[in-house]
Amino acid sequence: MPQAATPTTIDAESANDPVLDRKPENRVWKKFRGHRSAMLGGILVTFFVAMALLAPVLPIPDPAATDWAAVRQAPSSTHLLGTDEIGRDVLSRMVWGAQASLLAGVVSVVIAVLMGVPLGIAAGYFGGWTDAVISRCTEALLAAPFLILAIALAAFLGPSLTNAMIAIGISATPLFVRLTRGQVLSVAAEDYVDSARVIGLPTRKILARYILPNILPPVLVQATLTIATAIIAEASLSFLGLGQQPPAPSWGSMLNTAKNFLNQAPWMALWPGVAIFLVVLGFNLLGDGLRDALDPREQ
Amino acid sequence: MLSFILRRLLIAIPTILLISVFVFTLQKLLPGDPILAMAGEERDPATIEFLREKYRLNDPIPVQYVTWVGNALTGDLGISLRTNQPVLELIGQKLPVTIQLATMAMIFALVIGIPAGILSAIRKGTLTDYVANVVALSGLSIPNFWLGIMLILLVSVKWQLLPASGYVPFGEDPLRSIQVMLMPAFVLGTALAATLMRHTRSAMLSVLTSDYVRTARAKGLSERRVILRHAFRNALTPIVTLSALLFGELIAGAVLTEQIFTVPGFGKLIVDAVFTRDYAVVQGIVLVTAVGFIIMNLLADVAYVLLNPRLRGQ
Amino acid sequence: MTLSRLPLAAALLGATALGAQAQDLRIGLASDADVLDPDQSRTFVGRIVYASLCDKLVDITPELEIVPQLATDWSFNDDNTALTLTLREGVTFHDGTPFDAEAVARNIERSQTLEESRRKSELSSIENVEVLGDHQIRLDLGQPDVTVLAQLADRAGMMISPDAADEAGADFGSNPVCSGPFSFAERVAQDRIVLEAFDDYWNADEIHLDSVTYLPIPDTTVRLANLQSGDLDIIDRLGATDLAQVQGGGGGITVEEAVSLGYQGITFNVDNGERGDNPWGNDARLRRALSLAVGRGIINDVVFNGVYRGGNQPFPPTSPWYDEDFPVPERDVEAARALLEEAGYPDGIDLEVQVPNRPENLQVMQVVQSMASEAGIRVSITSKEFASMLQDQSAGAFTGSQVGWSGRIDPDGNIHQFLTTEGGINDSGYSNEEVDRLLNEARTVSDDAERKELYDEARAILNEDLPIMYLYHQTWLTGLAEGVEGFTAYPDGMMRLEGVRLAE
Repeated sequence: MPQAATPTTIDAESANDPVLDRKPENRVWKKFRGHRSAMLGGILVTFFVAMALLAPVLPIPDPAATDWAAVRQAPSSTHLLGTDEIGRDVLSRMVWGAQASLLAGVVSVVIAVLMGVPLGIAAGYFGGWTDAVISRCTEALLAAPFLILAIALAAFLGPSLTNAMIAIGISATPLFVRLTRGQVLSVAAEDYVDSARVIGLPTRKILARYILPNILPPVLVQATLTIATAIIAEASLSFLGLGQQPPAPSWGSMLNTAKNFLNQAPWMALWPGVAIFLVVLGFNLLGDGLRDALDPREQ
Repeated sequence: MLSFILRRLLIAIPTILLISVFVFTLQKLLPGDPILAMAGEERDPATIEFLREKYRLNDPIPVQYVTWVGNALTGDLGISLRTNQPVLELIGQKLPVTIQLATMAMIFALVIGIPAGILSAIRKGTLTDYVANVVALSGLSIPNFWLGIMLILLVSVKWQLLPASGYVPFGEDPLRSIQVMLMPAFVLGTALAATLMRHTRSAMLSVLTSDYVRTARAKGLSERRVILRHAFRNALTPIVTLSALLFGELIAGAVLTEQIFTVPGFGKLIVDAVFTRDYAVVQGIVLVTAVGFIIMNLLADVAYVLLNPRLRGQ
Repeated sequence: MTLSRLPLAAALLGATALGAQAQDLRIGLASDADVLDPDQSRTFVGRIVYASLCDKLVDITPELEIVPQLATDWSFNDDNTALTLTLREGVTFHDGTPFDAEAVARNIERSQTLEESRRKSELSSIENVEVLGDHQIRLDLGQPDVTVLAQLADRAGMMISPDAADEAGADFGSNPVCSGPFSFAERVAQDRIVLEAFDDYWNADEIHLDSVTYLPIPDTTVRLANLQSGDLDIIDRLGATDLAQVQGGGGGITVEEAVSLGYQGITFNVDNGERGDNPWGNDARLRRALSLAVGRGIINDVVFNGVYRGGNQPFPPTSPWYDEDFPVPERDVEAARALLEEAGYPDGIDLEVQVPNRPENLQVMQVVQSMASEAGIRVSITSKEFASMLQDQSAGAFTGSQVGWSGRIDPDGNIHQFLTTEGGINDSGYSNEEVDRLLNEARTVSDDAERKELYDEARAILNEDLPIMYLYHQTWLTGLAEGVEGFTAYPDGMMRLEGVRLAE
């Protein structure tokens, strides 16, 4: 980190001190590494991310290639996880489906964070009418069930993966508004923020220097956990036909089709569900681990 | 206490109005013409125009909204575009179904979640704790609809132990009613049980390290007595509060569960209504759900005050 | 804790075995019915309920012949401009009102004038109704129209109690009063519709059931599981891919089959608004190329296990109206390529098709997509919710649209309104004077052989123009639990419960 040339501010002291600066990070990483379940989560997530990224180079058939002579075939050596309703390789669709799921999880949370955090900061820092309007809207959105909101939004935008991500992102925004607002309120009450105000530091700088760094850890934890929720939400929307569009694979839409063939081809319903479960578990473990590691109270 | 409740109710009014505005605007923006679907093969322009007028779809959206609010205040939530039934009557038919489902899921979650949470807390750091945590997190991570499909596949199709769908009113045949709803309630309760377990655990942990538990132990009380009488009692406050909050969220969770098991409740009603653009039904349900949610929140707060001896006097 | 719960669980599980009902028939439907008013109704499942609730003036046989129901005899005049019906005597509505010519007249008036009525087009040719006696009535038609008789074998011919209808107005559907074998008892939306046997039914000897309960269960697997467990006695639309297993699997389940009257296909936007002006709408060769590239048999085998029927006409190959001169084409990828080249697309061409977001439709289109790609046609699938798809289709906001039609008894109902210039559901925007003339004329001819010639002539033109490319015809698969006797499947997919009984 380049040295800042503003020795008068309070944080500059710690920023100048390499030991003080590195210590908390060290501690966090150490705690995190020692957290066995968090490591397991990390491994799961890494596995699926690798799967999604490597999909184009893995030695698997084209996920859209149909084979009418091999429809709904049970797992075999040619098709390790069997084939689907129009003779496509289930393993290959699983691998490519990881892209849709992870993309949906990450992008919708990025949308929610980019919208929710600024709104939350505005509500918490400026208070008054800004706060009242934002808070009431947030409460209203929170009172409408998350999935119903997402379904209505996705129906409004039209069925597609992009629109599903936007719909989930918007539906998750109130979570981040509420979280950020709460954090800002507690940080803004601290003495050092008060003194910064007193010495006439511009709002922009106060936000960037004191508020933001303090609210980032909980937002990071919340984001990780929300990715898990968002992946399930995407699968749910795809399951209702409002997400990824054919022939592109997604775990949710694979399950949507599979439920019509439970009698003849149960493997079609098994693996996409297992994949959703594992990747969501991964993010949940990771989020838990991060929370424990970043929580200064728990030693 | 009474003034506290009244104040909370007053604050809730703008929130409810906002929700209704959101939902109203959103669904009016949805693509798809319900009248065209309603008309079916009848494309007589006069009929279509008449239907549009009848359901007031030609009015500007703000006018439609004001009309709706006006009617809603007199208890008239409009009629379903699809079945011509009054929305209030539909809700009256569906509410008991979802409440039964939610109650059964809640009971399941309490029975599993709280003992597991206590056990996990008193055996913190042991294998029991670790396993309980992983199981709980798994419960949170498993997609509801997939769990439902798998249960239907195994329990109904393969083993034929429980019916795959349906609903029997509790008053008609209680045993059968419970039996039919076992699977949906289990599916709906899984995530809930996990959440409860995690919160019970952390609540117990913070109580177990507190001074009065230490005092109780020092007094030589049996461990069992310490945990149940002293620790759990005090940990109960956040758990009850949370349960009330979660009960509201159950309605939302019921959406997919009801879809999978063809349970004719709120969730199924609203999803079908969104897809058929049955405006009055969507609007009515969201209103009722939101009001229910807010009431549960209020109850949670009241319970918090009542259970907290220090706050009771105020 | 776990131990004490076990006996309860066992008791709960054991209760399944006790659920045997004596003569209450439980039918699982594929979706929930809409308004239970024959004049306002529009869903297919609604018609299944009416089959037991509301008698019609005439009915059909499984071979599609028109037979008496509430009318015992009928005749057209020489130029087919008037239909005289003799009505059955001794019939009463569920509320005790006697059924007579006056009641028929008031029913037709309601269908034509109730503002919410969806039956106006179906009865548009009736200009005047003359009551000739207590049980005789004449319908005067504005122009020759033989199709009106078949309309009376469906919702337009369902007779409801006129007094009850007047009293309830548009709310009639909340408590329908008809004259069928069963009367309305109760409805819980999305849950059940209960009908009870009507003691004074004119044909009560044929009715062996005490009550019928219709339960909407959209999921095919769940519906079947309920039939297998004995919770249901009859199910609507068994999944085609489940058929082999059900038939081979024991359990006493039998399946009654009938090829439907309807079709599934791709409607092209030939000239409906601006978007009709596209290569696919302008050049019939492209549409013919796609038709050649798509093997109907492959769709049927892959998606429906060979249980449905491949098709290329508005009527299934089993229909007496099917034109044998144009059999279902063999798949010919080379010929399809050649046609594309001739049309100026040697490097292939794109086609966007909208599809309802239901697994079965999507599956069919993905198979079409895959077959078309071998001929150089790159199909992109846009899945839409049914409500928005319908709107886009009617507004012309599409190039190709994968839709179907549940089918009508009279051939006219499967073709006229879709392909004549003024047709009510001509979303394709297709217009051909010769086709208009042939299809209009076919309405005026009462001799079936003569009519068929006219339809065959139209087919020759339509087969070249292909505004609608027909793909397949569904087979109604009705699943019956062990002990259900006397059920016959009909091509209209309706469940007629006369003669049906539950063996003890």
